[in-house]
Amino acid sequence: IEARRVAIFGGTHGNEMSGVTLVNLWTKNGAEIQRKAVEAVPFITNPKAVEKCTRYVDTDLNRAFTPENLSAPGGNNLPYEVLRAQEINRIFGPKGSPEAYDVIFDLHNTTSNMGCTLILESSKDYFNLQMMNYIKKAMAPASCLVLLNEHPLLKYSTSRSVAKHPVGLEVGPQPQGVLRSNIFEAMRVILKHALDFIELFNEGVEFPPCTVEVFRVLERIDYPRDANGNIIAMVHPNLQDCDWEPLNPGDPMFQTFDGKTIHYQGSGTVYPTFINEAAYYEKQQAFITTRRETLVASAIKKA
Amino acid sequence: MEVDQVVPLPRLPRVAVCGGTHGNELSGVYLVRELLKLQREVMKKEQEEDLKPASVLLVLSNPRAMQQCRRYVDTDLNRCFTHATLNGPLSDMAPYEIIRSRELNALLGPKGSPAAVDLVCDLHNTTANMGLCFIAYSDCDWICLHIFRHLQREMPDTPMRFLHFDVSNKESYSLDSVGKHGFAMEIGPQPHGVVRSNIYTAMKVGVQHMLDWVRLFNSGNVFEGGFVDVFTMVKHIDYPRDSETRNITAAIHPCLQDRDFCLLHPEDPLFQTFSGETVRYKGTEPLYPFFINECAYYEKGIALSLARKRRVTIPAIRVQTEQEQQPNEQGFASEEEE
Repeated sequence: IEARRVAIFGGTHGNEMSGVTLVNLWTKNGAEIQRKAVEAVPFITNPKAVEKCTRYVDTDLNRAFTPENLSAPGGNNLPYEVLRAQEINRIFGPKGSPEAYDVIFDLHNTTSNMGCTLILESSKDYFNLQMMNYIKKAMAPASCLVLLNEHPLLKYSTSRSVAKHPVGLEVGPQPQGVLRSNIFEAMRVILKHALDFIELFNEGVEFPPCTVEVFRVLERIDYPRDANGNIIAMVHPNLQDCDWEPLNPGDPMFQTFDGKTIHYQGSGTVYPTFINEAAYYEKQQAFITTRRETLVASAIKKA
Repeated sequence: MEVDQVVPLPRLPRVAVCGGTHGNELSGVYLVRELLKLQREVMKKEQEEDLKPASVLLVLSNPRAMQQCRRYVDTDLNRCFTHATLNGPLSDMAPYEIIRSRELNALLGPKGSPAAVDLVCDLHNTTANMGLCFIAYSDCDWICLHIFRHLQREMPDTPMRFLHFDVSNKESYSLDSVGKHGFAMEIGPQPHGVVRSNIYTAMKVGVQHMLDWVRLFNSGNVFEGGFVDVFTMVKHIDYPRDSETRNITAAIHPCLQDRDFCLLHPEDPLFQTFSGETVRYKGTEPLYPFFINECAYYEKGIALSLARKRRVTIPAIRVQTEQEQQPNEQGFASEEEE
């Protein structure tokens, strides 16, 4: 494993302001993100969306890094974000090749009350697991949870997936287009610890085997809709803002616009997250369910 | 003015409730859709039972912006209702919202004429922690102030404030200025593009109480006088910005974030720069901050607004009798002076 080439992506969604602000700051003055033997590259992935303060211009950049898109011909006729994906893949990839960047941190905000969350794409990525373990311990007692999205259908092709070790940072709650000081500082602290870990790793520190508690993505739950596809209920007040808290069968889940309660009908307790994320109304997602799992990471040491 | 004296005011036969004036402020969008659905059911029933229909106009103001879940398509609809904009020349290339403002003026107005609806309630959400606010151009429209007081009494657990923007009738620009009386009902905090059940419910209950008050008023109820604390906008404060790029260089200070309507004193923290310095309030007068960190105001150069609070005495009011109504057929602007 190597952790020599590191990038920090902001503005993958143009209205998620912590990442946009941090990357612009570090582009102007990168002292804070430099470490011995590592030059972390700050990069705005979707400049047009950032300029318009919108999530995306043509299509969601954070779903665009599919093999089809990355190899699509057509030049300037392609949607803006597909062109961007190809460009990003050229600079930081190619995805899946030995030339790809070692680590990419992708900075996101959510309207959900998720606090500080790290997003992991593979349960076998021991380097990432060790880094996340380090970050969690460094931040304690402040919470930093790990969301594992390895689901064959729900997993998606993210900007960060170009790298060998993709790390998603998701901090909320923050409205789109708004910069909240506490959220901004929290994200800054996560990155500080992440870069400290990389520096230690590059100095030859061995990280012994460790266990990491993660929340594994199970399924996506949509809003109840009528025959025309219109939403007919909202996240129930008992569930709103209760990311990561157990949801048991029979618990209130949605409230219709005329006040009736719809209950969770699952077979067992789940841990919901991404509850009432603004961007997911159009993706048919009111929240996702997860289950708690403990992953084991082997020891890692720089070769 | 004696508080005991009851002021008679004209009936309010036509009320408009508008949602989606900003297409991503979702409580109003979903509430008006729900009320439209209920109205269709009630109208069906009324036709069957031959009842007199209630005259509540339900309007989705900016359908195109709603469809895209954006604040606006070309330009902010809620700034298009000045007399000048409504009556000026209209080119083929006019922005969507300018065309729409004329349609709304025809439907609910014309602004300034006797044909205008009697009361416009325009529903909004804000990312700021403002609770429920009435926003009005007048601090002496007794109808709006009495409705506010009614809601305060019926919803004691909901933080509620009356905001006054001292803008003349000539310069008034928002949708609620089209009616003979009007106000915006602004509820936060809610992110744009999201509906939060507690915020939706507060709006639903608020609108219901408003409509109840109008029915009570029209039926002859006397509403006793009293006092309302009114917050009058004094000024806006913008973010510190980079002189070249105009990008903001600081965020609302953590001590100020979410502290709408908590008195701001000279030297209190306003902003925290990205390098950690505190920028302080340099005014000499303690004022009440509101619209703290409203998403849509970044582009308008407003980080927060500041208001002065004062206690306004409101007289007792009731609806005019048939006889009292005759001389008032022509004018309605002077009723506050009666």
